[in-house]
This record gives sequence, C-alpha cells and structure tokens, in this order.
Amino acid sequence: MSETDQREVVLESRELTREFDGVKALDAFSFKLHRGEILGLLGANGAGKTTAMNCLLGLTLPTSGRIFAFGKSLQDHKIEILQKSNFSSAYVSLPGNLKVWQNLLVFAHIYGVRDPKKKIADLLEMLEVTDLRERVTGQLSAGESTRVNLCKAFLNDPELLMLDEPTASLDPDIADKVRKVVRRRQREHHCSILYTSHNMRDIEEVCDRVIFLHKGKIVCEGRPADIIARSSGSSLEDVFIKIARDGEIVDPP
Amino acid sequence: MNFRTISALVMRYFFLYTRSPMRLVELIFWPVVDLVVWGNVTVFIQRNTNAQFGSFILFMLGAMILWDVMFRAQQGVAISFLEDVWTRNLLNVFVAPVRTAEYLSATFVVGLLRIAVTGLVLCLISWFGYSYNIFSLGWWLIPFFLSLMVFGWSLGMISTALILRWGQAAESLAWAVPFFLQPVVAAFYPVKDMPAWSQPLAWCFPATHVFEGMREVMKTGAMDWTALVWAFVLNIVYLALAGWLFVWILNLTRKRGLLTKFATQ
Repeated sequence: MSETDQREVVLESRELTREFDGVKALDAFSFKLHRGEILGLLGANGAGKTTAMNCLLGLTLPTSGRIFAFGKSLQDHKIEILQKSNFSSAYVSLPGNLKVWQNLLVFAHIYGVRDPKKKIADLLEMLEVTDLRERVTGQLSAGESTRVNLCKAFLNDPELLMLDEPTASLDPDIADKVRKVVRRRQREHHCSILYTSHNMRDIEEVCDRVIFLHKGKIVCEGRPADIIARSSGSSLEDVFIKIARDGEIVDPP
Repeated sequence: MNFRTISALVMRYFFLYTRSPMRLVELIFWPVVDLVVWGNVTVFIQRNTNAQFGSFILFMLGAMILWDVMFRAQQGVAISFLEDVWTRNLLNVFVAPVRTAEYLSATFVVGLLRIAVTGLVLCLISWFGYSYNIFSLGWWLIPFFLSLMVFGWSLGMISTALILRWGQAAESLAWAVPFFLQPVVAAFYPVKDMPAWSQPLAWCFPATHVFEGMREVMKTGAMDWTALVWAFVLNIVYLALAGWLFVWILNLTRKRGLLTKFATQ
C-alpha cells in the first residue's frame, strides 16, 4: 500500500456507469481521491471526463454505481457534501450582469461564509484581481473571469474542489498564476482537488496522480512520472495522444 | 429549509433588478399599458351604457389588477429561473448547497416583490386616472391577492418544469402559460356568460373563484365564503401538483443528463 492510499478518502466512486442511448459514456468507473491530493482526470474529448465530473457533482445521475464523499453517499447527503465542496469550470460563468463583488457576496451567503466582505477581499487579493471588484462580470477577459470563478470556488474553504479545465484559453502567464494558486490552496488547506485539463503541462505541474480515461474506462492511473516511465512515450502529452488514438499507453508488439 | 440560502438567492435577484433598469421597465411598462387600454375601454363603455352597468363595468380594472397579481407571481418564478439560464449560472446554483425547495422559495419571494412593485403602480394609476380604488374591495382583497399569488406560483413552477423538459426552445412558455388559462378563468367576464361546455372547466381553477368573488363583492358588497374556501383548497392541490411536477422533471433531466446540456447551451 502506497503512502497516498493511507490517507483519508474524500471522494470515491464505485463501479460508476452512465449510459446515453445505450452507449456507455462511463463504464464501471471506480476511483478514490484522498485528503490533500490533486488528482488529474484526463482523456480525449468524449472519453468520459465531463460525464464523470457531472455525476460526481450530482448534476447527472449515474445509470448504476455509487458515489461517496467524506464517507457519505452523495445521493443521501448531497447538501451536506456540497456545503464542504466547490466547483469551477471554464465553461460555467457567474452572472455576467452583476458586479464581481455582488456575485461573490451572493455565493458567500449561500455557503454561509463568516465575514464575507473580508473573505472576498482576501481572495481577490490572493488571485491578484482586487481591481476587478467593481467591474461587471460579463465584461471580464477570459483570464480575469477564470480567476474570479476561482475566488467563488475558494469562498467556503472547500475540503473538496472540482476544477474543470481551469486554465482553458488562458495565456501562459495567467495559467501559471492559476496553477500556483491551486497548489498553494492545496498545501495550505489540505484541500482535495479533482482536476481536468487538456493541458499536460498543467497536469505535470499540478497533479499528484492522474487517471486516464478512454471510452469511459480507466486505461491507466498513477503518478505522472510513473505513467511516462511505463509508456512508450517520452512525455505525458505523448501518453495522452497514444491513449486517444490506440486506447493504451504502450505500442503493441 | 435554510433562510440564509433563500435570502442570498433573493439578494441576487435584487442586484439583478437594480443593475438593469430595463428589467424595471418590463416590470412597470407593460402593466401600465394594459391598465391604460382597459381603463380607456371602461370609460368608453361607462359613457355609452346605463348608469347601473356603467358603475359595474369598473370591475374590468379590478380584474386587470388582480390578473396582474397572478401573472407577476408566475413571472417571478419562471423568469427568475430563466435569468439563471440566460446568465449560464444554473450549474453554479445546482452545485451549491441549495435545496430545490429553497430555490423555489426564493423565486416565490421574487414573485411577491414583483407584485408589490407592479401592484402599487397599477393601484395609483387606476386611482388617479380612473377613480377606481381597488381597496374598495375591503378586506376581501387580502385573500384575493393571496389566492392569485399562490396560483401564480403554481403556474410558475409548471412553466419552469416545461422549460426544463424541453429546453430553451420552450422558454416562451414562461410568458404563455398564464394566457393559456386566461379564457377559462373568467377574469374579465362571469362564468355564467361563458359557453356551457367550458363552465365546469372554469370552476377547476382557483383564479375563477377569485374573479367571480371580486365581481360579487363589487356588485353586492358581500360574497360567499365557500368560493374562497374552494379557491384555497384548489390552490393547495395545484401547489402540490406543480411542486411534484417540477421535482419530477428536475430528476428526469438529471437522469437523462439534460441538465448540464441545458445549463451550458
């Protein structure tokens, strides 16, 4: 048993299957996310990452299988689990017609944040977007919007954080800042993070462990360096391409 | 139910309305246009009919105001939901610790606030423009308002459920659903003057009992309590059915994986 395995399990899926019109988008997907771990969920488009994320957030019900967070069933303790979790996606925005502080204040109240004004000020400062406080959310650039979304995701100091492509469409400078902030939160708050991205640089830099999905099934999992060593490629990007094309990480003999 | 969550969601709608003057225009402009048109028609009829009917025809203005109570309550629920769809905020709400009952309760409060704003403006215009005082209905006004508001909430939940089921292509239902019922709830004419086949249908809606009651109060100064009791009993039935329909369709969209598709369209 590895060191990682001994940590408390924060999120777990057991034999999770999701079918759409008879096609399995997720096929007996089982995994564990441990306390303080950053787990990358990888795969080509259509591999099942988004379906997995949606099931884990309770947005889509699985065809079969169970999900547990903090040792409790998501189906039976959804509100309690969501209170300790948060989510940010490059594809989900905060209401564009409100000012940044208004959006954050609303979510701070929903999550029951104590001293929300101070919390918002601290998070805006941490993500270097204090100057955006009075700006209308819909007028922010992609980079600004991503960082404001992250502020929302950090509002309740979540023990479980799900980040869906947080660096999509960001320039290298902002992407680097986002990666550093995510790492810092994980270090300081021992937050468990499920992270999806198509950017392998992100994954190598941020994730402790990764799971590769192909056609809804786990093809391989482990530390990025171990996976590269096991594969016939020289980088995680090579592994990604190999899996996307062949569904396996080594060249057939 | 967590009142902090409800107040947070209501605060969001408050920010939305105060930041967008066009929303206030929508809240006031169309009801005022309606009232002025109906007011002028009423004045025209009053001047061209006998005195007894002329005084009775004022019920048109009362009906118009009460209809708007129901319509605004329905809009409070349906448009609040659509605001989340339009701003692509639905997923943020559904992955937050917000119970369905809290979400719906917040939209009910928004409906109540919309009624307060629109109702006040309409009452003032009808008083100063047409010498019609809705408060001449006396204490009956309170159960009338409550009953129509609750029926509006039910219609709002039904509209929202249908939009959830059929996606944004069906969003015009947010405005259309109350008007599907307008011909049969006897808002602007008595049930006895409706086609015979439609009269039993009319009595199936709580709004019909309210509008009939309003006319009776205006005509005689009194009304039959049983009509109000019917309205409240029917409201409980509609509220329960609409709530069940909303939850059932929400679960159906989760089962079919439509919720995320719909929310990120």
